[in-house]
This record gives sequence, C-alpha cells and structure tokens, in this order.
Amino acid sequence: MIKAIEASGISKSFGATKALDNISFSVNESEIFGFIGPDGAGKTTLFRIITSLLIPDSGTMKVLGMDPITEYKELRKNIGYMPGRFSLYQDLSVEENLNFYATVFGTTVEENYELISDIYSHIEPFKKRLTGKLSGGMKQKLALSCALIHKPKLLVLDEPTTGVDAVSRSEFWDMLGKLKKHNITIIVSTPYMDEAIRCNRVALIQDGNILSVDTPQNVRTGFSRKLFTVKSAEKYKLIKTLRKNPEVLTAYPFGDSMHVTLIDGSTPDSLSKGLVREGINDAVVHEAEAGIEDRFLELMEKPQ
Amino acid sequence: MKRFLGFVKKEFLHIFRDYRTLFILFGIPAAQILIFGYAVSTDIRNAGVAVLDLSHDEVTTKLTDKIMSSGFFKRTETLLNYNDIDKVFKKGKTKAVIVFEEGFGKKLINEGKASLSIIADGSEPNTATLITNYTTAIVNDFTTDLAGPSRNNSLRISPEVKMFYNPGLKSHYMFVPGVVTLILILICALMTSVTITREKEFGTMEVLLVSPLRPIQIILGKVTPYFILSFINVLLILGLSWLVFGLPVKGSIILLLAECMLYILMSLSLGILISTVSDNMQQAIFISLIGLMLPTVLLSGFIFPIENMPKIYDYVSSILPPRYFIVIIKNIMIKGTGIMYIWKETLILIIMTLVFIGLSVRKFKIRLE
Repeated sequence: MIKAIEASGISKSFGATKALDNISFSVNESEIFGFIGPDGAGKTTLFRIITSLLIPDSGTMKVLGMDPITEYKELRKNIGYMPGRFSLYQDLSVEENLNFYATVFGTTVEENYELISDIYSHIEPFKKRLTGKLSGGMKQKLALSCALIHKPKLLVLDEPTTGVDAVSRSEFWDMLGKLKKHNITIIVSTPYMDEAIRCNRVALIQDGNILSVDTPQNVRTGFSRKLFTVKSAEKYKLIKTLRKNPEVLTAYPFGDSMHVTLIDGSTPDSLSKGLVREGINDAVVHEAEAGIEDRFLELMEKPQ
Repeated sequence: MKRFLGFVKKEFLHIFRDYRTLFILFGIPAAQILIFGYAVSTDIRNAGVAVLDLSHDEVTTKLTDKIMSSGFFKRTETLLNYNDIDKVFKKGKTKAVIVFEEGFGKKLINEGKASLSIIADGSEPNTATLITNYTTAIVNDFTTDLAGPSRNNSLRISPEVKMFYNPGLKSHYMFVPGVVTLILILICALMTSVTITREKEFGTMEVLLVSPLRPIQIILGKVTPYFILSFINVLLILGLSWLVFGLPVKGSIILLLAECMLYILMSLSLGILISTVSDNMQQAIFISLIGLMLPTVLLSGFIFPIENMPKIYDYVSSILPPRYFIVIIKNIMIKGTGIMYIWKETLILIIMTLVFIGLSVRKFKIRLE
C-alpha cells in the first residue's frame, strides 16, 4: 500500500524544550489517522512539520511522496490545513471567506461544491453573515469547508473539535467519515479520548513521544491487566483510600466511579474487604472493559 | 494573476469593513492639514499688545496708531505705570508692552532722538521674536517718514527685503509639504505593517503560507490597495490645501504626483520590512510610530532646518527618506523646479525603495520560524 505520510526519527526542539523526540510513524492512504494526547504533547508541532511550516531538527519525512523541506511548493498545493486556532477572517462573510480560499488555491467554489456540499449546506443559510458572528460549531464547519475547497489529497486538522459543543463534535466526525469516499487522507489531532474510536488508527502521543500506534480496538485490548470499576457514595474518601491501599496498583477517577487495577495475587473480594475495614461500606466492585483512556493512562505510567 | 486579484479584493474588503482604518486613512490627513495649517501657524495675527505711554503727545499717539493698525497687533490694555507690566503679562492675553519714555515727542523733535521700549513675554520665544521684529520694522518705517526728504543728505543704507517664492512668508508653504511627507510615511508604513502582522497574530498567516501563494504575491496583494488609497490621499491633501489655503503647485503636477507615488511605494515597502521584523501588531505600531514619526518631525527638516543642527544629527537624518522627499516636494510645489534640480533626491528614494523591497522579500518567512 502507498503511504500518505512516512516519518522516521523526527525530532524538534524549541530552546531547551523537546517538542518531538525521535518519533516515527506512517499513515496509509485515505485513512483517518488520529493523534491523541494531552495539550503540549507535540501534536501541533508535528502537524506544522507535516504541512512544511516547520523544519525538523533531525529525521526524514515524506508527505504524499514529497519532502516537506525541499518540495514544499508542490506539497502545499495538495494539503488542506486547518490550524488549531480559528483561522478565518472574522470581518469577512462566510461566502467571502470560502471564495477567497478557493481563488487562492486556484479553483472556484462551484468546481468543488460537491465535495463540501454536505458540510457547507449547514452554514449556507448564513452565507452573508460575518464569520466573527458565527457560533463555534458553524465556524468549525466553515473552516473545514475552506480547507477542503481545493480538493486536497491530505487534510490536516489540528484539534478541530476543541471548544465545540458535543453535538457539533459528533456531526463533525460524521462529516469526516463521509470524506473517506473521496480518497482523502485525514490526519486529525484531539485531546478527547472518546473521539479516538472514530479514527481508523490512532497514535497515542505524550511529551513528544508516540506511545502506541494501532486501531482503536487494538489499543483498548492492549490493556494488560484486569480492570475494575469501584463506586461509592463517598467519592472523595474512596479516592484517598484506594490510593493508600497496598493491593491497588493504579486508581483513576472516571466520571462517577474509579477505574482500578490490582497487584498480582489480589482479588476484587479482598479489595472490597479492605475498603470496609477503612470504613467504606457501600463500595461496589465490578470487572469492566478497558477504554482507550485506560490504555493511555497505563502507557503513561510505564516508562518506555 | 487571479489569485493575486482575489487577494487584493480581500484586502479591500478588510479596509472597507473597518471604519477605523478608513478614518485613519482619510480623516487624519484632512485633520492634520487643517490643524497644522490653522492652529500651528507661526505668523502673527492680532497678537495682544499693551501700551504704556508716559508722554501722551501727538507723536506717540500717531506711532501707536500706526503700530496697531498694521493688522499684526491688537491693543489689549493701556497701562499707567511700570508696575502694571508684570501684571498684564500674567493675565496672558498680552504678549508685549510698548513703552514710550516721558517727553518722547519733545525729545524726538528737539534732540532728534527718543527712546521706546518693547517689552515682550519671553516665555514664548517665537512669538516674542516675531513681535519685536515686526514692531521694530514699523517704528523704523515711521521714523523714515517723519524725517522726510530733509535728511537725505546724511548717508544711509536702507535694505529692502523681499521673500522669493513665498513673499508673505506664509507658514502653509512650509507645513503642507511637511504634512504630506509625514502623513504618507506614517500611514503607509503603519497600515501595511499592521495588516501583515495582523495575519500573523490571528493565525491566518499559517493558512496563507500553506497555500500556493508566493511571498511576492502576498506582499504585493497587501501593498496594492494601500498604494491606491494613499494616492487618493495625496490628491485629497493637495486639493484641500489648494481650496483652504490657496496653496498652488508651481511646478509640474505630473512630476509631483509621480514623486508622490515613488514616496508612497518607498513607505509601503518600509512598512513590509517593519512587519517582517515584528511578531505582533503592538510591535509594528510601536516601531512605526516611534521609529518614524519622531525622526520625521524632528530631523527631516520639516520644522527645524538641518543646516542648524549639530553634525551628528545631520548624519542621522541622511538615512531618513522624508528628508529627501521634503526637498523634492518643496522644490516642485513652491519653487516650481523640474526634475533637473531634484534628480539626486529622487535617485536616493528609488534606491531606498529597492533596498527595502529586496530586504522584505528576503526576510519574508515562508515557514513559521
């Protein structure tokens, strides 16, 4: 299979901070590839290297078969980029923004309307409105339309759903799913673990290192221990008690319960008993299926 | 080309959407011309003058009338003794006091000599100098008249001063070219540097860079709208100064407009250069205002003659483009000279423009660092 992106040994530092530390990965053609990781993990830096906006300190990269350092001119024609910050002209209307990006990329809105019609139809009723007056979700859709207007081969979306409400986020991912049929490769970064499931493959990234690259399914099953949820009405006390308990290996709060792993040789029963001894009588312990976030936290705990 | 036009269209939309930009572009030049032309006038008109006449005779009355009827002065008060002088200055309306000594008329006729004091308010040196000069001239004129033809046996040289190009010594002749020079460089450099840094600050530059637009297209796309608008500005300023102050352009209008275009282009490229070295709008504004306005006002020869400055300022001012443009515009507008007399200055401006454009294109970052 031809690779859309191939990166090996990419490093980039800003002064003393290492933004990317010797990372390698590859992205297949027309897949949705997600970079999942907290703020400051190096996602934006990586995307800027892919889009030829930054030059890595070391390592090699091929994007769409081109070198972002030497062949940036040709490469830039084939990339649709949506930076993390909202990057449209607030004082231009919806229509004017779209037309501007179309002309800059040497095309017209009509020519590629079919590609964006799904997305743009949501905001078309407001096309005369100034972009600065749109809601967060609508801005995001317009930015995506602008990034797509020249029918790029590679779509680079840096945290497209940050600061957008849950319904718009879900809609946004539906749209990305539909783009697959146009053979557009999409790389997308997000700090939201729940969005990982929408990608074909995800890379977990932290502190400039890629912890794991796999399908969301395999990432989850990669979880190496049994996972238990523990619930109690006295949540705060439960956290403190679990973290002190010698049987407990890890304990993280997840919504209204705790996700807990136990040391070898311990059982849920002995955990319950231990909690009762500490004065928590209502604790309910269940075995549970690990999510991506559990796996991510596990990978973070383990020094590579 | 289509890309470029799309970019220019977008820039025009930015300008017309933002009423503040429009105001800076057109409101400020008009206001400047009117303010400088009217308020910052160095001519005196109706300056307050008080009289302390200790003699009260026919001669002093005649002389006082002559001074007051000149149009330069307005009589504020009539004083009775020396002690009042300080008081009347403190009130502020009076800028000078004319004192006739006791028995002025008698002495003048009997001894052929009498004293008159002009006491001026030294806290405003320019006005004080002007008032004393004007008064002295009127008094001299008066004595010549008084002496009449009977004294023409004594040798006497009377210099007759004539001001070429600006016979009335009107200050508009100095301010209009100065304001054009100042306004153009300020607005052009400020506007272009701000619009480019704005794209950097709002993150839109990131997307522009990841597009097939070439640096030169981005730069020219930014410059073209401002070039057109600044040129309209020049027409506005010249039209206004002609309508309001009756200031004609003695030389060739075409040459003047061509030189203005060159100067606009130079200022715009300077603006781009500023934007390539500043990361945000504040920096760009700061560099443009402090770095350009003060030197232009103080060192370009706009207000203070360069010849009177210490040598070191002369050297500093020789790297300031406004210095050359002032010479050019004054020559064309007021003296009516042709290109033969200003080709050197023109050439310097052309070279500066080329250097600025070259540096900007070289320094324009095609990436983010």
